[in-house]
Amino acid sequence: MAVKKRKNELTFLERIYIVEIIKGLSLTLKNMFKPKFTMKYPEEKFIPPASYRGRPVLVMDESGEERCVACGLCSRVCPALAIEVQAGETTREKERYPEKFEINMLRCIFCGLCEEVCPEEAILMSKDYELAFDRRSDALYGKDKLLVPISQLKDRIEFLRGYK
Amino acid sequence: MPKLVIDGKEIEFKQGQTIIQAAKDNGITIPHFCWHESLSVSGNCRVCLVEIEKMPKLAIACSTTAADGMVVHTASEKALGARNAVMEFLLINHPLDCPICDEAGECKLQDYAYSHSVGESRFVEEKNHKDKRVPLGPYVMFDGDRCISCSRCIRFCDEIAKDPELTFVKRGDRVTIVTFPGEELDNPYSLNVTDICPVGALTNRDFRFKARVWDMSANKTICQGCSRGCNIELWVRNNQVLRITPRLNEEVNSFWMCDHGRINTFKFINAEDRVDGPQLRKEGALAKVEWEEAYNFAASELKKFSKNEIAFIGSPFATLEDNYLFAKFASSLGSKNIDFIRHTDSSFEDDILRKEDLTPNSLGAEAVGIKPGKDGLNLEGIIKGIKEKKIKALYLIEDDIVAAYPELEEYLANLDLLIVHATNFNKTTNYADVIFPAATYAEKNGTVVNFQGRVQRLKPAVSTVETDRAIDGMSMSRLDKFGTQYDKWAQGAKYDAKSTWKIIAALSNVLGNKVKFNLAEEVFNEISKSINSFSGLDYDVIGELGAKSKLQTSEKIVNA
Ligand code: SF4
Ligand code: SF4
Ligand code: SF4
Ligand code: SF4
Repeated sequence: MAVKKRKNELTFLERIYIVEIIKGLSLTLKNMFKPKFTMKYPEEKFIPPASYRGRPVLVMDESGEERCVACGLCSRVCPALAIEVQAGETTREKERYPEKFEINMLRCIFCGLCEEVCPEEAILMSKDYELAFDRRSDALYGKDKLLVPISQLKDRIEFLRGYK
Repeated sequence: MPKLVIDGKEIEFKQGQTIIQAAKDNGITIPHFCWHESLSVSGNCRVCLVEIEKMPKLAIACSTTAADGMVVHTASEKALGARNAVMEFLLINHPLDCPICDEAGECKLQDYAYSHSVGESRFVEEKNHKDKRVPLGPYVMFDGDRCISCSRCIRFCDEIAKDPELTFVKRGDRVTIVTFPGEELDNPYSLNVTDICPVGALTNRDFRFKARVWDMSANKTICQGCSRGCNIELWVRNNQVLRITPRLNEEVNSFWMCDHGRINTFKFINAEDRVDGPQLRKEGALAKVEWEEAYNFAASELKKFSKNEIAFIGSPFATLEDNYLFAKFASSLGSKNIDFIRHTDSSFEDDILRKEDLTPNSLGAEAVGIKPGKDGLNLEGIIKGIKEKKIKALYLIEDDIVAAYPELEEYLANLDLLIVHATNFNKTTNYADVIFPAATYAEKNGTVVNFQGRVQRLKPAVSTVETDRAIDGMSMSRLDKFGTQYDKWAQGAKYDAKSTWKIIAALSNVLGNKVKFNLAEEVFNEISKSINSFSGLDYDVIGELGAKSKLQTSEKIVNA
């Protein structure tokens, strides 16, 4: 492709500035009356669509218990080794449960593989993208921070089922 | 030798062998669940069906005797069709909840479902359910849903443990395993059924749910529970031993190990009472000090005693290398008072694996010089000497003399010097002036000699402060490979402990006897050069399965 040669010299009109400034200001003025694309974060929050992959969360069933059976598949598949699961035994029908479930949000790369591999639909990518820490230990999310009531995750579940 | 052809490959076999065994000996695996090399043939899983030319029907490879000139197809259309059908049949009532099942990752049914099944079920009816979580005995848990009725566990109890405890009851799809009325699955070998159970129906209650198999590393070593020296694997995650499984060695333990070895020989490694760093007694209380300080103190104290005032007690729990350098150290100080404590229990012995000598290396300890020199005191003499205050200093490695001889407790306090190498604090360390933290068998290289005179290798499985999984050749799981200091799952406790031989070598150097060994292997090479019983052996010759030494063995080891 022929490259257009850049002019080294400015023309007379460009050199007197006034014309160029008026051009620029009029563009600004025009845009002031057009609809806005930016938002005033953090006063205003972006609510992502269901397809968004925010931090992974664990599904808490209607009964208030986790769906996770601590199979360890998410931990195995996670390319960033972000997940640590320690299984334990319960008297529930599904005899295995996560005694400990920790995701290191500094390791997580939000790929969603954990969600994809989970046989129990127990781990989902949420809409939470606000992850800032000032010490490493704060980035370790245990069950207390990971468990989210299923009612808040309905649209993600619907979105995923659309692909299965 | 007669020959047969399997899938176009001609193989030789011994007269009387079954097809499956002949194939196995030639490196061909015919799929099987119920067949086990060391058990009788039961032929009930049907997954080993193969096509044999000139035979009207498919035959099961596990119970069909090989014949000269036979032509066997394991992957013909008919054979594959039969195998798929058997798999589909086995999976009809199977719960298919591998995510919950503890066997996942080492399950034959799971593996075969991938490799030998079409992956789809036509069964839409409700699956039947059986009892779950049934404790069959102190160590074994049974899940009826997952059982595929292969009868391996029943045959194991009948034929290997020689204690029939299990049986099938009911028929058809209701068939399940129970213990005989009034019986429990509590023979001393019960946990082997969890290894041979091809599915997750029988699990180890001591290990259930502790870890996924793929998160652990398996490390080959030798059981320390008795002088049989069963070949085992230590399964480690996050620097912690979580379970032990037996490793095949036909010369020693075949496929098996006893429950005592499996349950009781690893928990001290990660116990709270591990000695972490050298300890000196200062103003009556033990205080952790630097290694240098401990060496210097021990050396200067040892110099204060004449050779007849010191006694040395080696250890049948320590390795050849440890004991060899210890014996050398004693003689460098001119002492002939050296012996070790025998730990025997005749009720432990049986005619399967267990031996009455409860230590892994008493033959070896004696062979490398842990025995009284001419006119030196043996154990009895040493004990008497301590009581009569003729022995003023005692140097003891990797044993607990107070636990073995409780009456000694009051006399130990009177010793002028007590130096102990210990993995864990114990009754004897209560009286020690110096404690050197000894690495456990799971943390070091070394060799032990079993009751047959077989030299077998210990390899490290757990790292200490001074060792490193990669550099020291321990097997590594994915977690070991990628964990950093910031990951909780890679911060498992490491103790500041060293192999006894290393401590002795360092102490000798402080005392002015230069001992230059950097590796346990170098110590062993000197042993094999200087002691005839071990000549011709080195770590490579010993390998993973051990090698015979020239030691004279007596089946019975008498209590001294
Ligand atoms: S989203 Fe990806 S990186 Fe994050 S925890 Fe899940 S699998 Fe690991
Ligand atoms: S894959 Fe799902 S069920 Fe398995 S441990 Fe992860 S969250 Fe739990
Ligand atoms: S026994 Fe095997 S196939 Fe059955 S649930 Fe357990 S792992 Fe899966
Ligand atoms: S027989 Fe002895 S060596 Fe073998 S597992 Fe039992 S205790 Fe260990």
